[in-house]
Amino acid sequence: MSEHSHDHDRSELSDVQLRVRALETILTEKGYIEPAVIDQLVESYETKIGPKNGARIVARAWSDPTFKAALLKDATAAANSLGHVSPVGSHLIAVENTPQTHNLVVCTLCSCYPWEVLGLPPVWYKSAPYRSRAVIDPRGVLGDFGVSLPAETEIRIWDSTAETRFIVLPMRPAGTETWSEDQLAEIVTRDSMIGTGVPTPKGA
Amino acid sequence: MSNTIHDMGGMHGFGPVEPEPDEPVFHAPWEGRVHALQRAMGAAGLWSIDGGRASLERLPPVTYLSSSYYQRWFLGLEKRVVAHGLVGEDELAAGRSLRTAKPLPRRMTLTDAQQPPIRGNFERPTNSSARFKPGDRVRTANINPTTHTRLPRYARDKEGVIEAVRGCHVYPDTAALDVHDERPQWLYTVVFTGRELWGDDADPSIKVSIEAFEPYLLPA
Repeated sequence: MSEHSHDHDRSELSDVQLRVRALETILTEKGYIEPAVIDQLVESYETKIGPKNGARIVARAWSDPTFKAALLKDATAAANSLGHVSPVGSHLIAVENTPQTHNLVVCTLCSCYPWEVLGLPPVWYKSAPYRSRAVIDPRGVLGDFGVSLPAETEIRIWDSTAETRFIVLPMRPAGTETWSEDQLAEIVTRDSMIGTGVPTPKGA
Repeated sequence: MSNTIHDMGGMHGFGPVEPEPDEPVFHAPWEGRVHALQRAMGAAGLWSIDGGRASLERLPPVTYLSSSYYQRWFLGLEKRVVAHGLVGEDELAAGRSLRTAKPLPRRMTLTDAQQPPIRGNFERPTNSSARFKPGDRVRTANINPTTHTRLPRYARDKEGVIEAVRGCHVYPDTAALDVHDERPQWLYTVVFTGRELWGDDADPSIKVSIEAFEPYLLPA
């Protein structure tokens, strides 16, 4: 972001901070909300969800063909069959990267995102540059992330225009054949599950 | 509203995407408060998720573009609590409550907030059968409603193929209205070639899908 827009954001912040505080005060005084509930919600969204959930799902799919088949059939049910991930709501859809097809997820209209498995979306996912360009110039967008794909690879963009949500199942990197599920989960980045990154083992 | 600045797919001029390494969940405490206020007030059930989106789409384009994401959420929430008579403009100006509260249908409790966050289920039972099946060729409608829709501009009046039937879901176009009419509709994944959407100069290796509700689709 340019220096100019940083300055602009800063000057807006104090005003919005005051207004947010005022609204929270009014809603509390009226008994619509309790501050303890708001505190708890902030903490829940900061700690209970996040890309570790998605990474565990991907690592299991890489390690267990039966689970992978179940994931591609009904990702919500498959994710909820794992004991160690946060619960997932309806209509999570897993889309598989292959040597022929690379998947990329966007929400051009707002910010729809599989947040139970990836956490709240990053700023860039919600930004105008990503939302505008992902559907028309995906190779350019991937370039912004330092990702370059062969010209013959089909790029499939999933615009999340309804309450269905998409998680990309990236390709398992070569050289990880002997790795444990926990080791694999470590290299599954958030971006690789959106489609703007690929998992890269250190030293590979 | 449909043809406003939020409908960004295919626009030029916004510059490169700027990834942020090790990005925090919230960039300032007020962002977390806005997000939580939105969730807590949403739990009252006075407006739908689509009504929430529609309130952001009604922000003036200059405001939409010059506000950060959680600033937009905040402005939308302010609009909604005023529109539903929960808070007065005078109270927002005063920064405190000036009159007794209107009763809420439901209030989020601490026990609710302690549960792992989970998205709602928008699939609904239906007696109707789906009009289309995978492999069917369809043309998207050419609609330009002044109310909420989830059919993006770039995918209107375009020919595509049904790839999947996703069940029958709450219809955002009516659920976003004040009457909050869910009117569930069949939902499909519809795939378009890059050339169909963007013309002969398009990258031949791209395909784009949208999630399209049945009223958006006609047989091709």
